[in-house]
Amino acid sequence: MTNEVLPPGLVLVLAGLVLPFLRGQARSLWLLATPLVALVLVWMVPDGPVLSIGFLDYTVVPLQGDALARLFATIFSFMAFGGALFGLHQSRTVELAAAYVYAGSAVGVAMAGDLLTVFVFWEIMAIGSTLVVWAAGTDTAYRSSMRYLAVHLLGGVILMIGIIAHVGDTGSLGFAAMTPGTVGTWMILAGFLVNAGAPPLSAWLPDAYPEGSPGGTVFLSAFTTKTAVYVLIRGFPGAEILIFVGLYMVFYGIIYALLENDMRRILAYSIVNQVGFMVTGIGIGTEMALNGAAAHAFTHIIYKALLLMSAGSVLYMTGRRKCSDLGGLFQSMPLTTICGAIGALAISSFPLTSGFISKSMINQAAADQHMMIAWFLLTAASAGVFLHAGIKYPWFVFFQKDSGLRPPDPPMNMRIAMVLFAFLCVALGIWPETLYAILPFPVDYVPYTMLHVVQMLQLLLFSGLAFFLLLPMMKRTLTITLDVDWFYRAFGKQVGHALVLFFSGVNREVIGGARHRIADVAAWLFRHYGPQGVMARTWPASSMVLWVLLVLVAYLLVYFV
Amino acid sequence: MSKTPQTPRPKHWLVRPETIRILWAGGIAVLALTVAAELLASPHPYFGIDGTLGFNAWYGLVTCTAMVIVAKGLGVFLKREDTYHDE
Repeated sequence: MTNEVLPPGLVLVLAGLVLPFLRGQARSLWLLATPLVALVLVWMVPDGPVLSIGFLDYTVVPLQGDALARLFATIFSFMAFGGALFGLHQSRTVELAAAYVYAGSAVGVAMAGDLLTVFVFWEIMAIGSTLVVWAAGTDTAYRSSMRYLAVHLLGGVILMIGIIAHVGDTGSLGFAAMTPGTVGTWMILAGFLVNAGAPPLSAWLPDAYPEGSPGGTVFLSAFTTKTAVYVLIRGFPGAEILIFVGLYMVFYGIIYALLENDMRRILAYSIVNQVGFMVTGIGIGTEMALNGAAAHAFTHIIYKALLLMSAGSVLYMTGRRKCSDLGGLFQSMPLTTICGAIGALAISSFPLTSGFISKSMINQAAADQHMMIAWFLLTAASAGVFLHAGIKYPWFVFFQKDSGLRPPDPPMNMRIAMVLFAFLCVALGIWPETLYAILPFPVDYVPYTMLHVVQMLQLLLFSGLAFFLLLPMMKRTLTITLDVDWFYRAFGKQVGHALVLFFSGVNREVIGGARHRIADVAAWLFRHYGPQGVMARTWPASSMVLWVLLVLVAYLLVYFV
Repeated sequence: MSKTPQTPRPKHWLVRPETIRILWAGGIAVLALTVAAELLASPHPYFGIDGTLGFNAWYGLVTCTAMVIVAKGLGVFLKREDTYHDE
């Protein structure tokens, strides 16, 4: 039995590759059934290595199960289903095919038992996700997908160097918990953090994800950053540096989202913010914190997908994505508004939603460890989440001024996907034990105490008060906010132009000068030896005789004298 | 919402000034209730100050205000036209 389990990740990858050959009902059935097959397969993978292959002097384990792997592989497979349902009739086949390869390789990373398998699936993810961005078909998406690919290939190279160095140190490809201390482990950590959206390269995320199609961005939000969270939980639990990195990400996401005008970029910054909570939890490293990080990744994938589905629906129905062009949509898109609001409440960790039962475990872990500064910052950040994603997004998109737009709710498959994900956000909030049962460590945590609920409501509702009191300061402007990507998008471009000018100058002066010199020599030779040149003239016979005579006379004179 | 531009359609009930007034009043009542409800729960502070009555209320309000101000301040230096990278 053990050896008969098909690798679920591979099933999804193959499902994506077959997709372009299917049409009509068969295509829809294939899209909806294959992730569910993968989901069943995930739960058939037993604990421990399932496949082991000898490779050179090493052992490669392409398939390995445990609670952590199954948790992430479950949500990745389910997300492929949800994303496909949302984009069933709207997304291009190339986008869905790429998304399945992307999702399958994320499952592959989650169930990998060694660093080489992680790396291979890691790189396939980069290609799959680039194609998903590119499939949006716009010029902006193409340029953004190329920048995205460049960053991820760089991350892949850093990871590869790290793995080689680490294998050199330890003599094993095994993927177990590491401590950053050697060149190899530091570079593996850096490679993982690039995909997590950590500084200094966080800007790839809000640059690329919002350029996907309405359905493409839903897929994009789920896999790359959460696979990074998964490998960090497995590879670097308790690495103290992650607390600082995570806290930076948390506030970076809030501040940039507050300044942002594009609704999907707001949500993209908020991904960095939410992953920041998870990374902080991994840095804290206790069982409670790691459970919290894993649970928060699980719930985050669902509510972020829901938020991006609602934003995608708005984009699909109106063709607009800037908050300054939107508003008042609740009047004609009630279902999208309600689903978007549920996603917004869940991301804000409102009681009775999924975020409440997952994120609070990370805060609790900080309190248990008496990490005072981290706890105060995480609490402030929880308030900030409500500010930038919980209220700002739904307020400016669905309420605020009346834009006069009256689009209806999106087509049926998009509506069903939103309702399903909204249901899950609430269901996980009401019945947290379902999720707690599949977390990597036994859970000893009760989220619903009177004190916790009251304190959370205080924190969030007073944040809401701050939002409405400060509303005049939140007025939307047609602006973007510069980020580290300025270095390669603006500064790098200017440097490139300057270099082109410099070298064209060099070309003109040096090469051009040499070319002139050669041309002068050629002209001189031509002048003397060309058809009209002195050396090429025809000489008359009389002058020849004259010259011979003169030479003879000169000879006689010299001889006799 | 009172600044909503003139439209030929009647305003949705949710955005009429009287509804907004009721929402504000109801909202403030709920805010007060959340602070009062803390009296019913036994405090469990980890760092001292977090166990005082209404800590989460003022902390949420103050930190959110601070984040908005920091964002505005940063925006002065970092905001550009949204066509900046297209040029």
